[in-house]
Amino acid sequence: MDYLKITGPAWTFGNNVDTDQITPGHYMDLPIEEMSKHVFEPIAPEFVSDFKAGGIIVGGSNFGCGSSRETAPDALKFLGVAAIVAESFARIFFRNAIAIGLPVLVCPGIASAVSMGDELEVDFEAARVTNLSTKKQFQATPLHHIMVESLKKGGIMKMLADT
Amino acid sequence: MPSTIAEKILAYHAGAEEVSPGELINASVDFALGNDITAPIAIEAFRQIGATKVFNPSRIALIADHFVPNKDIESAEQVKRMRTFAREYRIKHFYETGKMGVEHALLPEMGLVVPGDLVIGADSHTCTYGALGAFATGVGSTDFAAAMATGEVWLRVPESIKFVYHGKPSKWVSGKDLILHTIGRIGVDGALYRAMEFSGDTLSFLSMADRLAMCNMAVEAGAKAGIMEPDRITLEYVKARAQRKFKRYVSDPEAHYREVLKFDARKIGLQVAYPPLPSNTRPVEEASGVPIDQVVIGSCTNGRIEDMRVAAKILRRNKVHRNIRCLIIPATPTVFKQCSKEGLMDTFLEAGAAVCTPTCGPCLGGHMGILAEGERALATTNRNFVGRMGHPRSEVYLAGPAVAAATAIRGKISSPEQVLSKRSRKK
Repeated sequence: MDYLKITGPAWTFGNNVDTDQITPGHYMDLPIEEMSKHVFEPIAPEFVSDFKAGGIIVGGSNFGCGSSRETAPDALKFLGVAAIVAESFARIFFRNAIAIGLPVLVCPGIASAVSMGDELEVDFEAARVTNLSTKKQFQATPLHHIMVESLKKGGIMKMLADT
Repeated sequence: MPSTIAEKILAYHAGAEEVSPGELINASVDFALGNDITAPIAIEAFRQIGATKVFNPSRIALIADHFVPNKDIESAEQVKRMRTFAREYRIKHFYETGKMGVEHALLPEMGLVVPGDLVIGADSHTCTYGALGAFATGVGSTDFAAAMATGEVWLRVPESIKFVYHGKPSKWVSGKDLILHTIGRIGVDGALYRAMEFSGDTLSFLSMADRLAMCNMAVEAGAKAGIMEPDRITLEYVKARAQRKFKRYVSDPEAHYREVLKFDARKIGLQVAYPPLPSNTRPVEEASGVPIDQVVIGSCTNGRIEDMRVAAKILRRNKVHRNIRCLIIPATPTVFKQCSKEGLMDTFLEAGAAVCTPTCGPCLGGHMGILAEGERALATTNRNFVGRMGHPRSEVYLAGPAVAAATAIRGKISSPEQVLSKRSRKK
């Protein structure tokens, strides 16, 4: 991938979405294909059937708080979530997303400026989010170049394998 | 430059004179761990990159504690993958049920993590070890895999927030109450990406169990680590069990903190966190009377012998309410044995509680006490998220062992005084 920019429709969530909501604990022993069928089951059971691959999740503050389970970003990636933009992320979720190659970006002010289904353009290298539906633009927090590198390669394991 | 304890430990492990908050460092790890839901994924990643050896087989722990004793075939397969890997790479710290304990209770108890360490664990509650004066933080499976292969991890140096507690806590008030109160004040993202440094004269009144419980829940405020300077109590605990040399770090008096928050511990009462966030804390008096179906006493937060003793003190010569199922889960085999030695086991069984073998079990809704729709638990665990212990429309209230035991007896959220005053009236 030469330049990391993603366009897609938004699926919005509120604050403090925790990893138990993303992949509930009692499915933790299932393979990812099975586990993915239960993503967001406690708070948005319609997500699995209605979300279209290529979409972008927009979260409030502290997205991905709670457990360190990597299955949370993994299952979202498996379902075709192209990127997640949020007011803030819980640190382990953010770290895991970068590690497995699921693009994430912190963008203050974004949660209240995006409605369900708005078309977004997320430019990871310029750290900029554009709501194409409302023509509004937001400055995001730039990612460290190593993180961008990891996302382009598809995760740190692919980076390590190359070295 | 004056530094905090967290900055000093990180600097040492990055091979630097000093480090500053915000800086990205590559650091060597002293110990790395994973559990039965995170390690199998890490093992797969480890094999995928073609790694042929681990950085140090005696500095890795693979602890099968979440779904163990295995609840089904899938979870048995997960542990089998860990077992096979542990044998293949001669991982020293893999333990079968009977020797296995809840990871964050087991490792400090065995002296595997020590003051001055940099520990990473594929489990968010790895921050527990900060109570020993170590920098310990949770990561995911992929980071754990990379650390197993390289012995290194990249970390952003966090800013520190200092929490200063003053005064002796009231009777029954534990480290759990102090941390619940603190999270209630700052919120579930109040320490996002930061290190929470706990300090003040109150700490001298707190056992290691209390301190471990406080650092355990630092992640519930979004923190990267909870940490405490080792003192006499820490050193006494560590000297009796450390399997390695250790180093005591303390913060410089002029070290920079993003914020300093002060608490009068004498005024902090027993706490209950309402669902669905650990920050929804209220004094137990306000929660009093909420009907409960299940009480859980255990976990990496409150499954230590001190917690068991508190529960037993209240349950002694009392009965668990007929509508309550009370699950007591000593966190390690050593705690279990000690309960038996001290007669606590008799107290629990006489009261009508069920005592279970060490496991994380119900805490994450895994097994051994799942809630049905509409049911409500009061637990000494650390998370009360939506559906955490079972059905999406079940609820979890968090508290310390004293409130949990009193609640088990009365069938509704209660303070120990409500139970004990009734008992003295009976006499």
